[in-house]
Amino acid sequence: MSALHEWLLEESPSSRTQARLGRAWRILSALARNPLAAIGALIIIALVVTALFAPLIAPFSAVGQDLSNRLMPPSAEHWMGTDELGRDIFSRVVYGSRITLLIVAMVAVISAPIGLLVGAISGYAGGWTDRILMGITDIFLSMPKLILALAFVAALGPGIENAIIAIAITAWPVYARIARAETLTFRDAEFIAAIRLQGASATRIILRHVLPLCASSTIIRVTLDMAGIILTAAGLGFLGLGAQPPLPEWGAMISRGRNFILDQWWVATMPGFAIIAVSLGFCFLGDGLRDVLDPKQRESR
Amino acid sequence: MNAVELENVDIAYGPTRVVRDVSFAIAEGESFALVGESGSGKSTILKAISGLAPDWVGTIRVLGKPRGHGPDRSLAKICQMVFQDPYASLHPRRTIDDVLAEPLAIHGIKEQRAKVEAALAAVGLDRRFRFRYPHQLSGGQRQRVAIARALMLEPKILLLDEPTSALDVSVQAEILNLLKKLRREQGLTYLLVTHNLPVVSFLCDRLAVMRHGRIVEIADVDALKAGRLTEPYSLELFQASGGPITAGA
Repeated sequence: MSALHEWLLEESPSSRTQARLGRAWRILSALARNPLAAIGALIIIALVVTALFAPLIAPFSAVGQDLSNRLMPPSAEHWMGTDELGRDIFSRVVYGSRITLLIVAMVAVISAPIGLLVGAISGYAGGWTDRILMGITDIFLSMPKLILALAFVAALGPGIENAIIAIAITAWPVYARIARAETLTFRDAEFIAAIRLQGASATRIILRHVLPLCASSTIIRVTLDMAGIILTAAGLGFLGLGAQPPLPEWGAMISRGRNFILDQWWVATMPGFAIIAVSLGFCFLGDGLRDVLDPKQRESR
Repeated sequence: MNAVELENVDIAYGPTRVVRDVSFAIAEGESFALVGESGSGKSTILKAISGLAPDWVGTIRVLGKPRGHGPDRSLAKICQMVFQDPYASLHPRRTIDDVLAEPLAIHGIKEQRAKVEAALAAVGLDRRFRFRYPHQLSGGQRQRVAIARALMLEPKILLLDEPTSALDVSVQAEILNLLKKLRREQGLTYLLVTHNLPVVSFLCDRLAVMRHGRIVEIADVDALKAGRLTEPYSLELFQASGGPITAGA
């Protein structure tokens, strides 16, 4: 273990892989030393593990109904109680983690690259390209997130896929703005000029030299936005426009529990706790990432 | 054939004309200096030749061929540039190896590993620096990397934009010696921009004195060493830098 540790922290790495792994290791260990970030990372890891092994963790089926046991309070058998159809809420929350993770991951995978690319092209090219791309970005930015998502879902029809597309469409403009601002800070830097003089095409410069420098601020922002994405997804679910029954989506579960909230509080509260925990986890992790990847602290590593 | 030739070149940044009616020619293998105070337009001339300042009129010829106005892929193998600030001229997220291999990758040149190691050796950097990041190097080491990068495509002409002014005095001497050695070994043509006359007398054969965007005098470096410059402004500059110059920097 200590040999591996030394190999990773080698001052003069002997291969590209070693240099990159060493850098990744330094970032990871800085992250682990940051308590909030560590808690956030643990919550996210727990979410991923839960989603992966949901059938092993959940004691009951997520959709199996048992009308004789409806609306039971939390007990040893049903840790989070049962809902109005007698389904075990704990199992539903566990299976719901899959939907949450799917939404979060898909939105990140769709919107972050689009935003990065639009922002980097806009910032690097400048001129009319910049004006047109930023005009489009501004149009999307000016619309309220949830309302735009609602409009898309209303047009495309309810369902998880459409919820994902709707949220992704509303999420990318922020990343484009960030990537553009970041690109502007170094587009006239000498290291970019040096690469231009070597005959690199604009595509190559943007993909290989500009994007890597915008990536860390975008990663931070995406992580911090995850909480908002989860809440938007839950909001769509709550309004009945996201995941459709009987899928155990957390927002939809809260929506169903609303009818019983005064007498059977656990039906709405338990998925609410799950949403809060995961959102907090992403916020903590995002804050920690910002501390670790912040450009102002880069020189000291 | 002249390595670099400028005829009646005017260069502008937007509406402001920075350089007016500049003409000079540098022979192949020669080392030519542009000197003058800040804002006299000397760096701008380098940028126009390299393609970074595309807004100019007149004729610029590189190895006899008139050049266009933007960066030029074919010119990359003939003419490269070393920048002033070694802290700003290396990509902060790429290892030295990435930085040096990139020009080879752009031009589809094979045997990158051997060429990168040879380039490091040529600028006097140990092999263990190869996979470090720029922030793990000192200013002088970074400038060596920048010089190595400029030489990766084996250009004939090197444009040097105050290559030592951002460095400590002791490191400056090392870099100047390195530049002198590289020029001798690879038969390079230098076009050096500086405000430091001792650097000129150490590294160059001829110099042009610039003021307010115009060349006021072109002289041999012997004339500089002996203080035989003719224009009043050149003499003023010469006096300001401490009178007759005997040794190198």
